[in-house]
Amino acid sequence: MVYDLLVIGGGPAGLAAACAAWESGLKHILLVERDRELGGILNQCIHNGFGLHHFHEELTGPEYAGRFIEQLSKTGVEVRTDTMVLALTPEREVHMMGAKTGYRVERAKSVILAMGCRERTRGAIGIPGTRPAGIFTAGAAQRYVNMEGFLPGRRVVILGSGDIGLIMARRMTLEGAKVLACVEVMPHPGGLNRNIVQCLNDYEIPLYLSHTVTDIRGRDRVEQVVVSKVDEHRNPIPGTEMVFDCDTLLLSVGLIPENELTRMAGIEMDRRTNGAVVYENLETSIPGVFTCGNVAHVHDLVDYVTAESEEAGRAAARYVLEGGAKGGPVLEVKTGENVSYTVPQHIRPQNVENRCNVFFRVREAGQESEILVESEGTPIARFARDHVAPGEMECIALPKVLLDKAAGSLTVSVRAKGGTAQ
Amino acid sequence: MKELICIVCPRGCHLHVDDENGYAVSGNSCPRGAAYGKTELINPTRTVTSTVRCENGLYPRCPVKTDRAVPKALLREAARALDGITVKAPIKLGQVILEDVCGSGASFIATRAMPAKAPA
Ligand SMILES: Cc1cc2nc3c(=O)[nH]c(=O)nc-3n(C[C@H](O)[C@H](O)[C@H](O)COP(=O)(O)OP(=O)(O)OC[C@H]3O[C@@H](n4cnc5c(N)ncnc54)[C@H](O)[C@@H]3O)c2cc1C
Ligand code: SF4
Repeated sequence: MVYDLLVIGGGPAGLAAACAAWESGLKHILLVERDRELGGILNQCIHNGFGLHHFHEELTGPEYAGRFIEQLSKTGVEVRTDTMVLALTPEREVHMMGAKTGYRVERAKSVILAMGCRERTRGAIGIPGTRPAGIFTAGAAQRYVNMEGFLPGRRVVILGSGDIGLIMARRMTLEGAKVLACVEVMPHPGGLNRNIVQCLNDYEIPLYLSHTVTDIRGRDRVEQVVVSKVDEHRNPIPGTEMVFDCDTLLLSVGLIPENELTRMAGIEMDRRTNGAVVYENLETSIPGVFTCGNVAHVHDLVDYVTAESEEAGRAAARYVLEGGAKGGPVLEVKTGENVSYTVPQHIRPQNVENRCNVFFRVREAGQESEILVESEGTPIARFARDHVAPGEMECIALPKVLLDKAAGSLTVSVRAKGGTAQ
Repeated sequence: MKELICIVCPRGCHLHVDDENGYAVSGNSCPRGAAYGKTELINPTRTVTSTVRCENGLYPRCPVKTDRAVPKALLREAARALDGITVKAPIKLGQVILEDVCGSGASFIATRAMPAKAPA
């Protein structure tokens, strides 16, 4: 059998995409997940704060995932857990290995890539020192504590102030560990303000901004971590060393989209997002192959993952039921001043129904800002923001009427309100 | 006048609370921020999320939360109240795990269904 749609990954992205495709009329859908159950990373995010946009209430990660698993169970979508996808070909053949089903190759009219992210490790950021036990990524520690029931250590230093690190500072404290410090190389925290307040301040955990880990000491197990202040070029300043006696170092230093399958299929990638280059409907450079959620670009809010993935699910259904994308002009979306990436990277106005959402991040924080969209030098839209920050993804909706008038390219930039280019 | 960051949603509005004039709140973008600003100064509360030991389950820990916010002063004590408890799978979503946590009137409830471990 050739499936209408094959979804790779059963996290919030894959779940929402499969549900939306089903509702849009696809009847032969297969969802493949390598873990033993659906839900993705949300199963280990037991804290609350999910779903304020989508459900208008505050849910924990497992509750948020649970709602979609419940919704999916009411559809006829076929689910294979304990099954790892090993390869994807440009002809949309999907090779997989399942605990029960063995090695199989399935063919599909459309494919949605929803493999999520993995965490950056110590190797990826090059911290000096010995290689003792006791160094974990924050997400691995989260899984140990919240699902497997192990406490990774008793005296903890956290490097990086991303949300996962902040959440783990609180979590380890509540489980009886002593969190000595959270260390951030940048002059501003990486995570949301609310997490600084409720995860660090509530528990009197010090945050050292413009500091980094410069040495890890210990033979078999971490014994000490050395933290130094850094200058404006992020170089450690000699003489500022602080030594923490600890047995554990948690790293919360960023996420990397898991795009091995995407690259293997020869799909065009974007170095800025580390995800595939996509069109307005989240279609990649291979027609009928779509991507959404953290594997497309790193999201901080699962609510946005859901919205984007439902869009991808509907687009896959349109592809299968109505045929491929309409021709016509293609607008390239370019990053202008203070914008580090955009998703989508290309827009085909003919395929936009009413409006097209463009997600992006700023490079630097600012107050009273203006988002400016230009087409070949001519301003076509402006949006005001009270504040912008690299840790908070921005989204603007471009109406079809404007896109129809644009030509060649669109440039998105962010600058101080009323100001000119700096 | 006290300055606070609203933690009710990811937007993180910077609030000004006038504690001498009936806790009037400014800087909030929505009514929930006004309510938060007032309670945070009068009687700060938090929802506590943690896990409880679970026997015979798909995983050895089951996630839980308090079904309403508890006084901030009780955060650690509330989490510690779960230490001696062991539940047995299967667990239903929303099942009460511990009632009247530290005399707060709140209960810890399960935040997922925990199926029993598949027989080996
Ligand atoms: C450790 C961690 C903590 C986080 N905490 C928060 C938080 O507190 N709040 C928040 O809003 N967001 C948080 N996030 C962001 C969160 O990842 C996203 O909001 C959301 O979960 C992304 O959904 P997703 O479906 O794209 O990815 P995931 O949830 O990562 O799901 C991807 C799924 O694909 C599966 N998969 C991958 N490759 C294959 C393959 N080859 N074959 C089969 N299956 C495969 C994986 O097993 C996984 O289940 C966190 C992320 C991480 C990594
Ligand atoms: S005031 Fe409203 S919008 Fe602002 S952070 Fe609080 S809940 Fe969010």
